[in-house]
Amino acid sequence: MTVPKLRIAGLDKSFGTGERRTEVLRDINLDLADNEFVSLVGTSGCGKSTLLSIVAGLQDFDAGDLSIDGASILQPGLDRGVVFQSYTLLPWLTARQNIEFALKAAGYDRAACREIALEHLDLVKLSQSANRYPSELSGGMKQRVAIARALSYRPKMLLMDEPFGALDALTRHQMQELLTQIWEEHRLTVLFVTHDVEEAVYLSDRIVVMGIGPGRIMQTFNVDIERPRREEVMETPAFMDLQRGVHKAIREASRRPEMA
Amino acid sequence: MSAKPPAKTGLALPSSGPVTKQARRRRSSGIGVPIARSRFLMIAVTVFVGLGLAWWAATGLEWVKPIFLPSPGSVATQIAKLATDGTLWVDLSASAYRISIGFLIASALSIPIGVLIGSFRSWEAAIEPLVDFIRYMPVVAFVPLSILWAGTGDTQKFLIIFIGTFFQQVLMIMDNVKRVPADFIGLGRTLGLPDRKILTRIVVPSALPGIWDTLRISLGWAWTWLVLAELVAATSGLGYRITVSQRYFQTNTIIGYILLLGVLGLITDQVMKALEKVLFRQDGHSQ
Repeated sequence: MTVPKLRIAGLDKSFGTGERRTEVLRDINLDLADNEFVSLVGTSGCGKSTLLSIVAGLQDFDAGDLSIDGASILQPGLDRGVVFQSYTLLPWLTARQNIEFALKAAGYDRAACREIALEHLDLVKLSQSANRYPSELSGGMKQRVAIARALSYRPKMLLMDEPFGALDALTRHQMQELLTQIWEEHRLTVLFVTHDVEEAVYLSDRIVVMGIGPGRIMQTFNVDIERPRREEVMETPAFMDLQRGVHKAIREASRRPEMA
Repeated sequence: MSAKPPAKTGLALPSSGPVTKQARRRRSSGIGVPIARSRFLMIAVTVFVGLGLAWWAATGLEWVKPIFLPSPGSVATQIAKLATDGTLWVDLSASAYRISIGFLIASALSIPIGVLIGSFRSWEAAIEPLVDFIRYMPVVAFVPLSILWAGTGDTQKFLIIFIGTFFQQVLMIMDNVKRVPADFIGLGRTLGLPDRKILTRIVVPSALPGIWDTLRISLGWAWTWLVLAELVAATSGLGYRITVSQRYFQTNTIIGYILLLGVLGLITDQVMKALEKVLFRQDGHSQ
């Protein structure tokens, strides 16, 4: 049995102390295989973003273990590239400089930074906008730069927190297609948080449905839809069946236990 | 331009028949309704000119005695006289020197401290309540004490400017720093940057447009505190000249200097704003 890329074992998390203490995540167990694309879905408040944030090392947890390639992780680090919903491009740097910023932090020398940055801008089809500032880019373009930045320093895995949540429907579709294309070509382990079931089905190898009160994993769906996937796949019965199934699971999972 | 020009092209819509395009009046007032820049300027200039005329009329028709309110002409002549004999420039340079040094000291200390307490909660706990407390002590009340401590020379002026601006600056800069998006700091962490580098490479550059704005606003206050200090005890400077003029009933000098202070404030403010546009032109949030 091979070691999973990411292992989340028996993870608990709560906010606050004493009477104010609320349990956010209870006994989360999840393994991601190498180059697997896994989506976390669930209603708001199920702790999916918190879980991602914990994996990124940005929040601590109460109990359990977290490991990448078998080694425990406690701190944020360059082995995990993170794409936030809010783009997080530094406004005083151009698109290229934003990527170089990450590469510099990762210890690349100047010449390499420039070359790799341009290469990755090309990957997200933004070569033309290398010298533009974030305020001159649309939401979709900003998020493409953010994805390019997260990929540029070759992390072992990519963590994406509702990266397309703030985009309009059309741009979102384009971004999904671009991401699938990049992922199918380059393959990487991805943990993806979304509330958009269609998006989850389209992108993922596996969908994990989380429930509330406290947040925990309720059900897992394998997405056996052939790759490469193109937009047309969303019209197929298999796709739509799965989408319905996930929707149903989310609805059931979001009923609070005391109300069941 | 309150009405749209009627369409001149012959591209009449098929179903519309004989269209009589009504000139739609655009709302020219109301909450948040934009107005043309030229209109804005016109209103602003009108207010200035109106007040100037009222002043001119009030003095010209001798509604008020010149000792209380001299005519605009008398003020202008007096200022011109002081400018030619050099008094104005001596006063101005003395004040400019004091405000530059006082403001620089205050800013040089408030920026690092503001960044520190905006970033680290324990530092905030140590400094913020104290600064908040001192901030409410009236600067005016420190004047006698400052004379006791530092005499009536430049040092005392620096001290008053410092007391008047530093504590406000610290709190405002703390706020500027707290406005840095949490995800920016998260980004720094995920890139494995240590706190020191997150501070210098992400937090400070990100807060800089806000900090600049804080400096711009507090520079205006610095002028007030400077003149106050000079009014009470000084042997040179704009405030000093105002006090001396009062002794000799030179109301025209007093009014001239007050107007000059207004103009100086306006100029520094505009210069700071112009620099802001140059320095932070890429930042969407400073526009």
